[in-house]
Amino acid sequence: MIGCWSNAVSIGSVVIAGADLQRESFWLPPPASSTAPAVDSAFLLLLGISTFFFALIVLLGLWFAIRYRRRPETGPLPSPSHNTALEVLWLVIPLGIVGVIFYHGFSGYLQLRTIPRQAYEIEVVARKWSWLFSYPNGHKDENLHVPVDKPVRLVMRSEDVIHGLFIPAMRVQMDVVPGRYTRAWFRATKPGEYNLWCSQYCGTKHFDMRALVIVHRPGEFETWLADAAKARETLSPVERGRELYRINGCWSCHSIDGTAGTGPTFKGLFGREVQFQDGTSSVVDENYIRQSILDPQAKVVRGYQPVMNTYRGILSDEEISALIAFIKSLQ
Amino acid sequence: MTESLPINYLTYPRGLRCWLLTLDHKRIGVMYLVSVAAALVLGLLFALLMRTELIAPGRTIMGEDTYNRVFTVHGAVMIFLVVIPGIPAVLGNFFLPLMLGAKDVAFPRLNLASLYLWWIGALFLLLTLAFGGLDTGWTFYTPYSTSTNTNVLAAVTGVFILGFSSIFTALNFIVSIHTLRPPGMTWRRMPLFLWGLYATGLIQVLATPVLGITLLLLAIERILGLGIFDSTLGGDPVLFQHFFWFYAHPAVYIVILPGMGIISEVIPVFSRKPIFGYRFIAYSSVAIALIGFLVWGHHMFVAGQSVLASTIFSALTFLVAIPSAVKVFNWLATMYKGSIELAAPMIYALIFLFLFGIGGLTGLFLGTLSVNVPLHNTHFVVAHFHYVIIGGAVIAFLAGLHYWWPKMFGRMYNQTWARISALLIFVAFNMTFFPLFIMGARGLVRRYYDYSAFLGTNPEFTLYNQLATIGGYLLVTGLVSMATCLISSLWTGRPAPANPWNAPGLEWQCSSPPPPENPPPPAQVGDPYDFSQLAVPATL
Ligand code: HEC
Ligand SMILES: [Cu+2]
Ligand SMILES: [Cu+2]
Repeated sequence: MIGCWSNAVSIGSVVIAGADLQRESFWLPPPASSTAPAVDSAFLLLLGISTFFFALIVLLGLWFAIRYRRRPETGPLPSPSHNTALEVLWLVIPLGIVGVIFYHGFSGYLQLRTIPRQAYEIEVVARKWSWLFSYPNGHKDENLHVPVDKPVRLVMRSEDVIHGLFIPAMRVQMDVVPGRYTRAWFRATKPGEYNLWCSQYCGTKHFDMRALVIVHRPGEFETWLADAAKARETLSPVERGRELYRINGCWSCHSIDGTAGTGPTFKGLFGREVQFQDGTSSVVDENYIRQSILDPQAKVVRGYQPVMNTYRGILSDEEISALIAFIKSLQ
Repeated sequence: MTESLPINYLTYPRGLRCWLLTLDHKRIGVMYLVSVAAALVLGLLFALLMRTELIAPGRTIMGEDTYNRVFTVHGAVMIFLVVIPGIPAVLGNFFLPLMLGAKDVAFPRLNLASLYLWWIGALFLLLTLAFGGLDTGWTFYTPYSTSTNTNVLAAVTGVFILGFSSIFTALNFIVSIHTLRPPGMTWRRMPLFLWGLYATGLIQVLATPVLGITLLLLAIERILGLGIFDSTLGGDPVLFQHFFWFYAHPAVYIVILPGMGIISEVIPVFSRKPIFGYRFIAYSSVAIALIGFLVWGHHMFVAGQSVLASTIFSALTFLVAIPSAVKVFNWLATMYKGSIELAAPMIYALIFLFLFGIGGLTGLFLGTLSVNVPLHNTHFVVAHFHYVIIGGAVIAFLAGLHYWWPKMFGRMYNQTWARISALLIFVAFNMTFFPLFIMGARGLVRRYYDYSAFLGTNPEFTLYNQLATIGGYLLVTGLVSMATCLISSLWTGRPAPANPWNAPGLEWQCSSPPPPENPPPPAQVGDPYDFSQLAVPATL
């Protein structure tokens, strides 16, 4: 019954908003997931209802201000100073309307939060200021690749502060919290590339903490994943180091082209003499890089903030060696 | 001065010392007005810096770390120094005793202490600016706030002290309303502004301590490394959000309820009609105050809160919207068949209906579970709360200021100038904040230093940001014009009669400006909305 009613209202609001759910709306980004229509229809319902009430308030206000403007001789016209029946009416009608809105929002939200059992699982790690997506076969990537028309479950954790995973086109948003797992899911309906943003303020590069969501055509996701995993096996140490630099988000603070970012550039780093905040200095060698990765706060480079997190327990010895080889190659 | 004014609270007794040690609620109100206005200027300055940075994609005038500090300071100053104290400390302090026909508030010394605490708290926020800045956002979310190396401790101390300032004012108002009402002023015959202040006071007294304790825990965690919110120490970062919003959602009503009280005073006077549905308006303030305590979780629909909790919070959020809707309808019904004069205060009241209408209705979007998901943390939220806080509370404050200015300072200001300023503020405000609704719905995340990365899919964001920035400059221009109009009236305005609007309220019975000692109340106080004995003033 409520559903029926709200459908009627949403059809009305679609007319008002001049959009229909399949086409692009003025307000929300073009929908690309199976749950988006439920969200969008609730949005349009609200748009219709609020446009109506807003117009009502403004038109009545203007009408009264003009119609009953003060004239020299006449005072106010006689009218009651309260009317309980009327007031109960305009208490009950909004109550009914918000009831309908609530129900609509609730049912859409249940879809957003009920993860299908057979969903394909991808592990998400957020850290200042990059994303890491790990696939069941062990492949790791800085972008989120998903198959079209298949539900995907994201199991997410943060390595430092709270971040937020936000994919506007999929109508997905969920905070990524340190010390606990949060989950989100979606089923992409259109192949293509979409933006993924960090929505929870996390410091300097919050605005730049983004990734791509790449929705593969039927069948292409599996090939992509197999190729990506195979490619890794044949990498040289320098290439492997470059990949680790990418997927571990070193790039969000360290450039390889000589420009200073949140951290010092890696270009020409090896063999350079660095000055520390405590006044000492040292020449960059393998041990120094290793220490910088595992215990970044031990020696803080002058002119920089101690914002780098330790990669102890995240990078293996073999991976650290590959990173060192990569940094050495950047002369 | 065109003509000098009789002896009044402003001129007697003279001297800075007498001002700083005064126990007179009127002087304290005026000092609060000057202080809050100064803080507003600071907050606006930071707003303009922020908007200027955003006028073009990429770096414009500052780096990303500076930007993060700028939006944090803007938020902290505007919330804690301007809009929370705003109406109660300035207009409440000045008019609550006059409306009660009382000599002063119940505890005048506590009142002065509250002003000094405000100054000390403000000093701490300025110290934060000078030493290391603050980059946590005004919300202080953990674990960012426990790990950043900016000056969280100074800021938290400042906010903690400001909390006590706020509690002292509220305590005074609650006790004054209970004990100092004159004969004849029953609860059902109390001016609605006082109902608004009473409900606000309840929230301030009950919710502010929670903020204080939360910030204390934050400080303890930062100093002693005790695990309360930090998950690496066994704490829970989301717990902070629960504590914080348990205060900060009701804080929205601290900001808006007194504003609604002002609108309930202004509309009857300029429509020459008793307020429609007094009881519904009065009780709805208290209803908002009470239900407002139970909705904080609507800030955490995407924070990993359980579906059940989110569902309950959403339902309660819709419930708290109803009393506000009732008020709006009652205000409109008050205008019906009235004799409406569009003087500056009334213009502000109409602007309030328009802007608060948008602010309130967009709140429904954010309270709707599914719709909240793509809107949370976007510019849609930023636009929504600016429509509520500026469009609601600040506009109501300006309505009140223009309504009571002749009483406070004994001068009439230039109506035409005041009305034009109001219209400029109205247009500029919409130009600044409406584009944010559109960009937010299309995915622009808040607290972003740069939107270059959006331009691939949304090239129109540059234009919308330019509109918003230019709107911001115009808005400040409007505010400066409004303030110049009021301030210049002190020298050029004609002396105000005791009751320039022929209003029935008790506060209009003494001379303008009021004498140093408030006059005693009449033997029997009548209905505060009874216009039958008062002549309709000629059109301005
Ligand atoms: C959040 C930003 C950030 C990330 C991500 C980050 N670093 Fe750093 N890093 C810094 C900063 C800032 C410094 C300089 C201050 C210091 O020494 O702690 C630094 C210093 C270093 C140094 C010493 C550089 C010098 O000039 O002496 C090395 C080596 C290093 N990082 C390697 C890495 C590697 C490898 C990664 C990825 C696995 C990484 N960093 C990720 C911020 C970061
Ligand atoms: Cu982030
Ligand atoms: Cu809230």
